Amino acid sequence: MIDFMGKKKWYLLGSGIITLVGIIFLLAFGIPRGIEFTGGTSMTLKFEQQVDQGALRGEFAGLGYTDAVIQKTSEDSFIIRTPLLSDQEVATIKSALTAKFGEEPAITDVYAVSPAVASEIEGNAAIAVLVAAIGIVIYMTWAFRKLMKPFRYGVCAIVALLHDVLVVLGVFAILSVGLNVEIDAMFITGILTVIGYSVNDTVVVFDRIRENTLKNPGVPIVTVVNYSINETLARSLNTSLTTLFVVLALLLLGGATIQNFVLVMLIGIITGTYSSISIASPLLVVWESGTFGRFFRRVIPRRVPARG
Amino acid sequence: MGRRHKITLLIIAALVVFCVSVLAVDQVWGRQGMSLGLDLRGGTHLVYEVDFSGVQAGSEKDAIEVARGIIEKRINRYGVSESTLQIIGNDRISVQIPGVTAEEATKLVGTVAELDFREMKGVDATLMEAATAGDTYINVSSAAGFAVNDTCVLGINSQGMVEKQYWEAKKVASVSGTNISFDSAIFSDHQAGEPLSAWIPATGTIDEEKIHLTGKYLLPNCYVGVDQTSLPIVNFEFNSDGAQLFSEITARLIGKPLGIFLDNDLISAPTVQSQISDKGIIEGMTLEEAKLLASQLNGGALPLPLGHWEGDEFLAGPAVAQNVDATLGADSLHKSIIAGIVGLVIVLLFMIAYYRLPGLLACVALLVYGAILLAIFKLVPVTMTLASIAAFVLSIGMAVDANVLIFERLKEEMRAGKPLGTAIELGFSRAWPAIRDSNITTLITCIILYWFGTKIIAAPLVMGFALTLGIGVVVSMFTALIVTRIFLRTIVLIPLAKKSSLYRP
Repeated sequence: MIDFMGKKKWYLLGSGIITLVGIIFLLAFGIPRGIEFTGGTSMTLKFEQQVDQGALRGEFAGLGYTDAVIQKTSEDSFIIRTPLLSDQEVATIKSALTAKFGEEPAITDVYAVSPAVASEIEGNAAIAVLVAAIGIVIYMTWAFRKLMKPFRYGVCAIVALLHDVLVVLGVFAILSVGLNVEIDAMFITGILTVIGYSVNDTVVVFDRIRENTLKNPGVPIVTVVNYSINETLARSLNTSLTTLFVVLALLLLGGATIQNFVLVMLIGIITGTYSSISIASPLLVVWESGTFGRFFRRVIPRRVPARG
Repeated sequence: MGRRHKITLLIIAALVVFCVSVLAVDQVWGRQGMSLGLDLRGGTHLVYEVDFSGVQAGSEKDAIEVARGIIEKRINRYGVSESTLQIIGNDRISVQIPGVTAEEATKLVGTVAELDFREMKGVDATLMEAATAGDTYINVSSAAGFAVNDTCVLGINSQGMVEKQYWEAKKVASVSGTNISFDSAIFSDHQAGEPLSAWIPATGTIDEEKIHLTGKYLLPNCYVGVDQTSLPIVNFEFNSDGAQLFSEITARLIGKPLGIFLDNDLISAPTVQSQISDKGIIEGMTLEEAKLLASQLNGGALPLPLGHWEGDEFLAGPAVAQNVDATLGADSLHKSIIAGIVGLVIVLLFMIAYYRLPGLLACVALLVYGAILLAIFKLVPVTMTLASIAAFVLSIGMAVDANVLIFERLKEEMRAGKPLGTAIELGFSRAWPAIRDSNITTLITCIILYWFGTKIIAAPLVMGFALTLGIGVVVSMFTALIVTRIFLRTIVLIPLAKKSSLYRP
């Protein structure tokens, strides 16, 4: 049996550092936000012939779109991002480009969101994450009602969940420095799925703790938790592995539209599995054994040798 | 094998046969194949906000319902099937139209499309100065009778005949003395001395009441045709009131122009040759424009304008427009299916390698799961999007989880020396709380995601994901608890399958 709880200080320290680095990156660089959250128009322009990016940029600047973001995707096509354009403005751009480059570009993959709707979406995304978290605490408190202080189980699961969300955000902030990632509706979907997954994984471990606590009254919580983690370890790893298989398949073979989502899931599954063992469980032990104060006063917590 | 056991097996077999045949047949309830979202088949998704300021207080709900019905008619008359229309909240309309570009879709849906007929106002004003390109002011001998927002026509002589091959209609921006300014001016082709006149509503009399002839009096049977020179035209027909008005107006206007306006823009101004009553044509546009106009006329005019709000300002254009190219959609579909199959195969192999015989049974149960889920999607139908494919693939992982939980318990019980039959029953009952709790938390997330999807309007993607995952969670509980269990119970009846090495490595 592996003594997981003996090293709980290191897990919490490690996770703390990872989360801190993530937050620093998040604050320093941020993650670019997609059209859903910023508002504006994004579209793909496709020409028959090769078109110079500088010339295209000049043409957009000439039309007054000096802050247009122009990104080349292949020799003849570009993704353009501008503030929200009306139909007339799109028509004007189209005819100006036709005059300039001698052919009418095909406009595809238009995505336009008005600024008012965008800020509404952003607000609702935050609410959704919050409501999901609250809903889960309530359910977990109910599910663990046979135990003393079931509320603690819910809170520990939420802390693990927050840890996972922060890690995903942090990793995305780090990735966004080099890679083309952004926060869009699918990213939020991914975050909410990670929340579900993280709690799901914690619930399985806590379920075993619940069962073992009820079966063995009087045994110290640290022993019960450690025993329970060992018992559920195979399941945790196997489920993560099988889910990772499908997520990896989607990442490597799936279309570009869901790449952000898949990336969130990939990071989320790993940290979701990790956090059940290394965040939620140690916290529960510290809380239940009443060593909260001591733990945070950096006094080495009472070591209880693992049984079995 | 007990009676109940046999019946359960039979029901599962029947269910599988049913699901597979649902998937095998081409059409279910008249629909062809699976219902695919715009991101997989290409098309445009629009969300419009409405402006109720012109609508009578208290009848906002009716107005938006009427608008929805009109848009639906327009889209159907345009020849597009399987579009989706929804009213979101109180003041938003969401439209998904497969296979059309964003440009076509916004014109088809977003325009009010109020058609009306106009005639020339007194033509005594004469242009005094030659206007050059870019001029906005033109001196006329008498500016009387012109009002702001009048649409003026240049190049028509005192008899009301078109004098030149070229004419231009412009809106009057302001009138001051004998100066008329226009909201823009392209008068380079015009000479001094040409008359200027304005369009006024063409009216007729019914029951001693003066009535403006508009698109309201059209029958919804406009169609696109070609004239003698093979140019596209839109044929229209009036109802009886309209025919009466039209006949009176055309009788009065023989030899004079009749202006046909759509949303205050002049689209055609033919000269009336003879008195006509019930039928007419509109010319002077491309085939696409003609097709669009015919659909709009058949659908009717919207009772309120569509656009989007920015603060207190109501602007033209949709609040959300999203267009996916059909080829990109097909490519995404293809890639996702391959990714799904590869992922599934790896999971199946892993399960068999790690859990041996139960793993194999779980695989069969997983295939049953896939068949039931896809059959539900086809029957309901649940629209498949990239996100719902991702959810489907993810739910495979979650479906496996229930099995993994059970088998780990099964192995534990066997290690503890329980006989196989007992170990199986104990494995299921011990794993149940964990399966229940973990699935319910996932369901909570799904419900909130779905709600989030309805709120953020831009995301049928999110709703599709939540719905697929939610259905997946429920079906996976069923397959793990019923199907896998009955398979295991059946297999223990076979003596050869009782070897414990088949259960744990």
